[in-house]
Amino acid sequence: MTYGTKEVLAGVSFTAQPGEVLALLGPNGAGKTTTIEILEGFRGRSGGEVSVLGSDPVHGDEQWRARVGVVLQSWRDHGRWRVRELLDYLSRFYTPYSTAEVTRPWDVDELLDAVGLTDQADAKVLKLSGGQRRRLDVAIGIVGRPELVFLDEPTAGFDPHARREFHDLVHRLSDFENTTVLLTTHDLDEAEKLADRILVLDRGTIIADGSPDELARTLAHNAEVRWTAGGERHVHAVAERDPTDFVRRLLASHPDATELEVRRANLEDTYLALVQRVESGREHTHAPAEVSP
Amino acid sequence: MSIPSEARRVAVRAGLVRGWRETRYSLTDPTDLVWFFAFPVIYAVVLLFMRGSTVPGTDFELGAMVLPSIVGMTIAFGGLAGPANQIAMDREDGTLLRAKATPDGMIGYLVGKTVMFSLGTLVSLMVLAIPAVTVADELRIDGRTALLLPVLFVAGMVATVPMSVALGSLFRSSAQSMLIFLASMVLISVSGIFYPITALPTWLQWVGQAFPFYWLGLGTRSAMLPSDLVTAEIGDSWRTLEMFGVLGIWAVVGFAIAPAVLRRMARRQSGSVVAAARERVMAQGY
Repeated sequence: MTYGTKEVLAGVSFTAQPGEVLALLGPNGAGKTTTIEILEGFRGRSGGEVSVLGSDPVHGDEQWRARVGVVLQSWRDHGRWRVRELLDYLSRFYTPYSTAEVTRPWDVDELLDAVGLTDQADAKVLKLSGGQRRRLDVAIGIVGRPELVFLDEPTAGFDPHARREFHDLVHRLSDFENTTVLLTTHDLDEAEKLADRILVLDRGTIIADGSPDELARTLAHNAEVRWTAGGERHVHAVAERDPTDFVRRLLASHPDATELEVRRANLEDTYLALVQRVESGREHTHAPAEVSP
Repeated sequence: MSIPSEARRVAVRAGLVRGWRETRYSLTDPTDLVWFFAFPVIYAVVLLFMRGSTVPGTDFELGAMVLPSIVGMTIAFGGLAGPANQIAMDREDGTLLRAKATPDGMIGYLVGKTVMFSLGTLVSLMVLAIPAVTVADELRIDGRTALLLPVLFVAGMVATVPMSVALGSLFRSSAQSMLIFLASMVLISVSGIFYPITALPTWLQWVGQAFPFYWLGLGTRSAMLPSDLVTAEIGDSWRTLEMFGVLGIWAVVGFAIAPAVLRRMARRQSGSVVAAARERVMAQGY
C-alpha cells in the first residue's frame, strides 16, 4: 500500500477467524488506521490482496456492507438527532438483509439497554458525554448484527469506568453473538484484556502476531539477573532469549552467590521501548529492545 | 422480490422517515428558524419601503409585483444554496461517511435531504403568506395559480437541487460553500426580483437570464399577477416555454454531473479524511 509516494504498509498479512477478537496494536503512525480503512472498504490500495467476508472490500456491495459494522475514531455526525430516533433510522436499512441464521436488525430498545443508553434514549446526540457518544457509535456499528466489526481506537478518551463497561460489551459481542472483532489500540493493557490475538504493527509492518502469551515470548528478549556475592549486589543484563544458561554458569563459578533474582522483560517493557523509540524519532534497528535496570 | 430491489425500497422509505425527522429538528432549531423567517421578514421590510411606488408604466403596486417574485426566488434559493451547504457540512462531520457505512445508506440520505429541503422551502413559502395578505387583493389568484405554483415548485427543485449537490461536493470545506450564499445574493439583484429586469443594462439582463432566479421569478409572476402586467417583462411576454426550457437545461446538466461528482467525493470519505477535516476546523476555525 502506498500513499502519496511513501510506502506506508508492507508485509501486513493476517487472517481472522469467526468469533475472534483481534487487536491491531501499535504506536501512533504505525499504520493501524490505514490498515483498518482498507479493510472497511473506505480506502483504496496500491497492491496486495485483501479479502473480507469473501469479498475484496473495494468491490464490496451493499449486501457485504450489511454484514460489516464500522466504528470510527471520531464520529460527530447527526448531532441534532435524538439517540433513539437515530438508531431506529439506521436500523431500518438492515431489515432486508435478515436471514434464517441472523435476525437483522437488533431491536433498538434492547440494544440501547445493552450499551447502557436507555436513560439517554430521548436525548440529543450532541448532548451526550464523550463516553456515551462512543457507546452510541458502537450501538450503531452493531445495530445490523454484523458478522465483523471494526473498532478504531474504541476507548480513546474514556475514563476507567467507561473503559471497563466497554470491554464487557466487546466480550459479550464475541462470546454471545459470535461476532468477529478487529480493533486498533495503542494501549497494550487494553489489547491484552480484549484480544484473543494481538498483531503488533510498527512502521507499516507486522512485527509480531499471536496470543498475549506468545507475544511475550517472541517480543521480550532481554532478562535481567541480580545476585549478591561477596557482600556486593550484582546486576547483569542477559541478551539471549533464555537466561537459564547464564544462571547455570553463574552458580557454578560463584558458589557464594545468594539472593538470586531473574526478571524477564515483560511485554509491557518491550512495547514501551517500541513506543519510546517511535516517539523520540530514533532510527529503527532490529536489535532487541533494551531494558534499563 | 430480490434483496437489492427490496433493500432499495426499504432505503427510500427510511429516507422519507429521515426527511420528516430532520424537518422536525430543523423547525425546532433557533438558527434554522432564522432562515425560515429571513425572506418573509425581508419582504415585509421591502413592502414598507415600496409603499406608494408603482410598476413603471402602470399604476400597479410595486410591492404586489415583488411578492410573486419572492416566491420564485425562495424556490430557487432553497434549491440552490441549501443542499450545497448541507453536503459540505455533512461531509465534514461524518454524516456522509455514516451513510456510506450503512447498506443503501446513500439512497436514504439523498431521499431524506430532498424531503427536508422541499418541506423546508414549503414552510418558508407559507410564512411568506403572512406579509402577503396586505397585497393579496392586487394579485390574481385563480385556478391557473393553483396549477402553476406546484408545477413551478417541482420544476424549480429539479432544476436547482442536482446542481447544488454537485457544487457542494466540489467545495473543499463548508466555509467555501458560503460563497454560494454570496453569489446568490448578487444574482438575485440582477434577476428582476425586486425591480423589473428591463430596468437593467442589456448585458446584465443576459447575466440574470442565465440563472434560475430570474426564470422562477418570471414563472411565479405569470402565475400570480394580472395579465396586463406582462408589459413590464422582456418582450412583453411571460415566455413560459423558454422558462421551462432554461430550467430543463439546468436540470439536465445537473443530473448529468451530480451523481458522478457526488460519487467521486463520497468515495474519498474515510475516517481519517473526516478526522483531518475536523482538525482543520479546530485549528483554523473554519
